[in-house]
Amino acid sequence: MMDFLKRTVGLWIPLLVVAGIAAYPLITGSDSNREAMFSILLAIALASSLNILLGYTGYVSFGHIVFFGIGGYAGLYVMTVLGWNIWFAVLLGATVAGLIAYLLGSAILRLRGGYFALATIGVNEAMRALTGNIDALGGPIGMDVNFSLYKPFGGPGGMLQFVFWSVVALTVLVIIISFVVKKSKFGLGLQAIREDEDAAEDMGVVAPRAKTWAYVLSAIIPGALGVLFFFKNGHIEPGEAFRLALSIEMIVWVMLGGIGTVLGPVVGAGLYQETRKLLLTNAYLKNIQLAVAGALLLAIVLFVPAGIVGWLRSRNARLRKVLE
Amino acid sequence: MILTVDHVTKRFGGLTAVDDVSVELEEGMILGLIGPNGAGKTTLFNCITGVYPPTSGSVVFRGKEIAGSKAYTVARMGLARTHQIVRPLNDLTVRENVIVGACYGRENLGLRDGAKVADEVLEFVGLASRTEELAGKLNVAQKKRLELARALAARPHMLLLDEVLAGLNTAEVTGMLDTIRAIREGGVTILMIEHIMHAVMNLSDRIIVLDYGKLIAEGAPEAVAQDERVIEAYLGDPDIIEEVTDVDAIEEDPT
Repeated sequence: MMDFLKRTVGLWIPLLVVAGIAAYPLITGSDSNREAMFSILLAIALASSLNILLGYTGYVSFGHIVFFGIGGYAGLYVMTVLGWNIWFAVLLGATVAGLIAYLLGSAILRLRGGYFALATIGVNEAMRALTGNIDALGGPIGMDVNFSLYKPFGGPGGMLQFVFWSVVALTVLVIIISFVVKKSKFGLGLQAIREDEDAAEDMGVVAPRAKTWAYVLSAIIPGALGVLFFFKNGHIEPGEAFRLALSIEMIVWVMLGGIGTVLGPVVGAGLYQETRKLLLTNAYLKNIQLAVAGALLLAIVLFVPAGIVGWLRSRNARLRKVLE
Repeated sequence: MILTVDHVTKRFGGLTAVDDVSVELEEGMILGLIGPNGAGKTTLFNCITGVYPPTSGSVVFRGKEIAGSKAYTVARMGLARTHQIVRPLNDLTVRENVIVGACYGRENLGLRDGAKVADEVLEFVGLASRTEELAGKLNVAQKKRLELARALAARPHMLLLDEVLAGLNTAEVTGMLDTIRAIREGGVTILMIEHIMHAVMNLSDRIIVLDYGKLIAEGAPEAVAQDERVIEAYLGDPDIIEEVTDVDAIEEDPT
């Protein structure tokens, strides 16, 4: 038992942080706190997903938000047009995102470095243009969620509760996935690819297959989150679903907390979202919020490329055993 | 024959880096591959290990055609290699580097068994005291040993060594030679590219010489050292000529 706890301590720490964030609105009993924590959890789950590709595999996906948007569109379509319930819609969102990642990965993961990053931006912009031109998806106006869909939850209030706890569950799930992957043979192969893809292949790592599965894994949770987010939002449109700025923020979350670590995306997303709230509520700073994100990214890359958790790990051998 | 290279040619645009080379290796032997810089030695290695396909010709490893196969396919069949310019996985520990070799090599081990093999191999190459260090922090000699350890952890049938002695000092060279001999004792066939003449002459059962991509000589070490064409190929590089004739000299880092 102790041995098990010792081996998995790197998992329990981020899970405890998430539990704390989830419990905070319960304890305070405040709806506005719940909404604030919702945005943090969403960020943590998105960042942790991206980390599997960006942190473990070393492939920079600049347009990763595309899977969030794809999930949102798929989910809202089947709910509003075909009348599916939310559970199946979330499953479908995850599946469609994973499937598209698989097909896309087979094609664009051949590209390395900046070329791959550019391709992911291209895919995101293409999806935005595409959804804006499909009438069945509402074209540029998008789709609305009929308020009657909130009835099974006892109205909008109950729906907000439901979505919040669903996002908590998904956040826990993605943290478990990212811990298990990191500790697995598959994860070791991904890290070998990150360090030197050619050397990894020379050692027998089937890089094309491993990369594709990393991409799929990093896409499914954002797909599921997209369904929940836009269901709660009540509306989806191309500009909102495929917002490139959010994609860049995702990278900042991962880099700030610690690229390639399980805890890093949790810390990075949490800190960033809290800082952002301060900026947004400040009369002078609210308009330069994104500029701050950019400056932050620049500072991290220049001064602490390993991020907060990575920096802590490099400072102290004991921390290295505890922080994954 | 464990490896048969048959009329392999590799062209890069107008440059013929490897020109119609045929070589055969018997199981358990050490074959030395020498030649001046730019002779196409590493290119031949890359054609064998699947880094790129040969323009023409065939490579048969343990009865199977591998020319044009991917590097990971060849690696998993039990043909491991080291790199001339070391390629450690810098942000992983020494142990993790070797576990990659063990887990993705011929035996396709799980993490736990891979770790066991890694510890054995690290002991064997003399890196046991460095296992938890990050690979990027090792010095050149240690990185060379790490390259070797990763390749050995795959439990290969055959090992391709690309200048594992380059950049090592005299004591380190001696240590590495002992290690290579021990690997051969373990039944692994070895094809090695080497610039340090006395080493390659001492270790190899047979030597082949490449010059401008062509195979210009093949035979026992003593015979090759006396071969006119070999001496001619090294003309203009008096240091190396001196070494071919003077077995005690050790070359400075040629990379």
